[in-house]
Amino acid sequence: MNEIEIVERLEDIFEDIFDERIVIARNITADDIEDWDSLNHINIIVAIEKEFGIKFTLNELQSQKTVGDTIDLIIKKSNE
Amino acid sequence: MEIEKLLSYPLDNNLIIRKKKQIKKELLKDNKFMKKSIAILGGSTTSEIKNILELFLLDNGIKPNFYESEYNKYYEDALFGNDELDKFNPDIIYIHTSNVNIIEYPELKDSLDDINQLLKTEINKYKSIWQSLSKYHCAIIQNNFDYPINRSLGNLDCYDIHGKTYFINQLNQEFNKSTNDIKNLYLNDINYLSSYIGLKNWFDKSLWYQAKYALSMDAIPELAFNLSKIINSIFGKTKKCLVLDLDNTCWGGVIGDDGLDGIHIGTETAIAEAYTAFQNYAKEFKQRGITLAVCSKNDFKNAKEGFSHPDTVLKFDDFTSFKANWNPKHQNIQDIAKEINIGIDSLVFIDDNPVERDIVSSSVPSVSVPDIGDDVIHFIDHIDRNGYFEPISLLADDINRNKYYEDNKKRTQEEATFQSYDDFLISLEMTAEIKSFSSVYLDRITQLINKTNQFNLTTKRYTAGQIVSIANDDSYIKMYGKLTDKYGDNGLIAIIIGRVQNSCCYIDLWLMSCRVLKRGMEFAMFDELIKHCRKRNIVEIVGYYYKTAKNNMVSDLYDKFDFELTEESAGNTVWKLNLDKYKAKEFFIGVN
Repeated sequence: MNEIEIVERLEDIFEDIFDERIVIARNITADDIEDWDSLNHINIIVAIEKEFGIKFTLNELQSQKTVGDTIDLIIKKSNE
Repeated sequence: MEIEKLLSYPLDNNLIIRKKKQIKKELLKDNKFMKKSIAILGGSTTSEIKNILELFLLDNGIKPNFYESEYNKYYEDALFGNDELDKFNPDIIYIHTSNVNIIEYPELKDSLDDINQLLKTEINKYKSIWQSLSKYHCAIIQNNFDYPINRSLGNLDCYDIHGKTYFINQLNQEFNKSTNDIKNLYLNDINYLSSYIGLKNWFDKSLWYQAKYALSMDAIPELAFNLSKIINSIFGKTKKCLVLDLDNTCWGGVIGDDGLDGIHIGTETAIAEAYTAFQNYAKEFKQRGITLAVCSKNDFKNAKEGFSHPDTVLKFDDFTSFKANWNPKHQNIQDIAKEINIGIDSLVFIDDNPVERDIVSSSVPSVSVPDIGDDVIHFIDHIDRNGYFEPISLLADDINRNKYYEDNKKRTQEEATFQSYDDFLISLEMTAEIKSFSSVYLDRITQLINKTNQFNLTTKRYTAGQIVSIANDDSYIKMYGKLTDKYGDNGLIAIIIGRVQNSCCYIDLWLMSCRVLKRGMEFAMFDELIKHCRKRNIVEIVGYYYKTAKNNMVSDLYDKFDFELTEESAGNTVWKLNLDKYKAKEFFIGVN
C-alpha cells in the first residue's frame, strides 16, 4: 500500500466524520480542523483501525501528533 | 443505501458508526416524526451512544431532542437538580451506568454482613436516583450491570460471596425487584446484551482508557438498537400481528405437492425440529396477545389441513386471519389488516421466499418484512433481534387480547341473523362501567393511550407519570370505560380526559379501542361526560380533532354530537357545544 492510497482512504474517513472533503497533508493536526475535538478524535482512530484492519497500542495512540505520524504508523503496522 | 435494512438485524456496526452523518441525512428526508425529549445521564462517555440512538429513533418515526449530562454527572444531575434539565422537561430519562460505576466491590476480608452493607449502599444510590427523578413524571430507562471482563477469582468469582460476578448478580436481582415498586422504571438489559455479543466484543479496554467509553464502538449500535426497542414500546410503536407464510416457513416442504404426510414438522428429523421450534416461538407470541395470521399461496383446504398434522404446534384456530389463496400477497396482507382492524404498519410478514418478501415490502412499505433468508434456523433470530413485539409489561389485557378477537368473530356471525343493527346491539346485552381513573387501571390506561390510533381525536400521548398526575388532579374529568357483553368482557377500552377551566370543559383526549367500534360505546361515554359537566355547572364543551394518517374515522365525530365547528386549519378542527343544545343520544348499553 502506498502513501497516496492511504491518504485517499484517510480523506474518505475524514469526509464521513466531518461531513466535508478535507485535503490531507502530512503536517495537519487536530488544531487545524475545527470539529476535531477529543470525541471525534476517537471516532477517527476507530475508523482508521477498522479501515486498515489494525489496532493501535496505547503507546502508538499517544505518539500520533500529526497526520504524518498516523500515515507512518499505518504503513508500518500494515506491513507487520 | 437501504436505510431500513441497515438499521435492522443483523447490524453492520462498523458501517453504521462510519456513515452515521449520511444515514441521519437520509432519515431526516422523512417529515412525519413524533418529537420526544430524551435525557441521557451517563456514568461514562455517552456522545456516540446519543448519535447512534438518534438514528434508530428517527428510523422509527421518533425525532429526539437530547439532553446529555456532563461526563459521569448522572448522580449529581439526578439528585441535586439542574435548571437545564428542569427546562428540558424529559419524556424519557436514560441512565447509562455499568460495572465501571460500582462504588466499592467486596474485599476478601469482608464478612457477609459487610458485603450486604456494600450491596445496600450501592442499590440505595440507584433508588435515590429513581426517587429523585420521579418528579419529572417520565419513563426512566436504567441499565442493569454487565460483568467485568477480568476475574482474578476465576470461576469462583461467580459463586463466592466476595466475587465481583456474584456481587453484580445480586445487584441485578435488586434492580429487578425495584421495577415492581417503581412505576415507570424500565431496565435496559445490558447483562443479556453483553452476553449475546460476547463480553470480549462488548468491552474495549483501549477505548475505556482513551475516552472512558464503558463499551466498545462495535457494541454502541447494539446498545442503541436495544434501547430504541424499549423506547418504541413506551411510545406504543410495537407491532401487533405476525403474518406467516406456510410452505417452508411454518413447516418444511410444500403441502400441496408433498401432502400432509410429506411435510416436515415434529421431532423426526433435524429440519422438522427446527420448524417445530419456530412454531413454538410463534405460539409464545400468540399466548401473550400478539395476533397471528396466515398469508400463503395455497388452496385453502390444503393450507388448513397442514395444521391438522399430529405434530403441529400451531392450530388453525390460533390464526385470527387466514388467507390461503392465489391472490398477490400484498393484497392479502392489506385484507388481513382490515379484517383484524389494525394499522398496516402493525404487521410483520415472515416468508422464506425473497420474491414474495420483495413484492410485499415494495407495495406496502409500512409492513415490516425482515430478510429472513431461506434457512428456518435463522427465522426466529430475525423476529427476536428486531424487537418488533418488545413488551414493556405483561398486562392481563394483552394476554386476553386474542380472546377478544375470537369473541368478535362470534359477534360478527350473529350480526348477520338480525333484522336490524339495533336488534343485534340489544341482543348483545351490553353493560359498561364508566368511572373516574382509579389506581388499578392506570397501567392499562397509559398503554391504551399510547397505542390507540384510529378512534382517537387528538392522538395525544401521555407517560405513566402524567396519567398519575391527572388521576389526582380535580381540574380534570377523567373517565375510563369497560364494556361487557354476553360473549365476554372486552376490558378497558375507552378513555376521555377533559380539562376544566372556568365553566368550560376542553376534551384533551378521547379515544376508544377498535375492538368495540360500532357498539354505541362512544355515546355512553359522552353521556357520562355530560353528567359530570352538569354536576360541575359547566356550560360549554370544546372538542378538538387533530388529523393523523389513521384517525379519519372520527373526523366528523363531534358533528354527530351536535357540536358546532368553530375553527379549521389543515384538516384540524375545533368544535364547541353549548350544554343546553345537547340532545341525549340513544344507545343500548346499561351503564354502571
